[in-house]
Amino acid sequence: MATSATKIAATKNPDQGFVYLPLIAGWLFPGAGHFLLRKWGRGALLSISIVSMFVMGIAMKGRIYTGAQDILDLLGLVGDLGNGLLFFASRIFGFGADQVMVTTAEYGSKFIVVAGLLNVIAAVDAHNLRTGRKSE
Amino acid sequence: MHPSHFTAVLLFALFASTVFGITQRDTPRRMIRYGAYCFTLFVGSAIVLSWIMFFIAR
Repeated sequence: MATSATKIAATKNPDQGFVYLPLIAGWLFPGAGHFLLRKWGRGALLSISIVSMFVMGIAMKGRIYTGAQDILDLLGLVGDLGNGLLFFASRIFGFGADQVMVTTAEYGSKFIVVAGLLNVIAAVDAHNLRTGRKSE
Repeated sequence: MHPSHFTAVLLFALFASTVFGITQRDTPRRMIRYGAYCFTLFVGSAIVLSWIMFFIAR
């Protein structure tokens, strides 16, 4: 059910481009959805937080999930996919470990998965701002 | 990069709290307060659970 704020926003911006663009851009690159909506400060903070988390995960020799041999691998893959282009770039350039070899690699794997999940939350937030479901 | 477990907790809490604060609240003031609240809960719960596990293991 649409709230009054949603209705107001929808009537203010009826035809301002593709409504899912901030969602898709935000998924592809952390913070990009907020940048499209000119939320520079929020976008920068989200981008720094999520990219830093992903890079630290890689630096800790965290594992990038590449397949789904069992249910835990499948959940890890879904989380990793939330990183958007960072995930695909890491696959292309061979970043991350195939096997967890050191203790910190376990933290690193979790950092990468959680960075992906946080990126999905950020992208949905950008979509909510675009549709007017979130006020500011 | 080989951070200690506690450093990893602090980094995790910092980044997750930043995203939670920005996405779950509307105004900058409330974002900062909620981010600080989440950070405290992340770190505090890790410390409390660590002590619980320490006493269980003894």
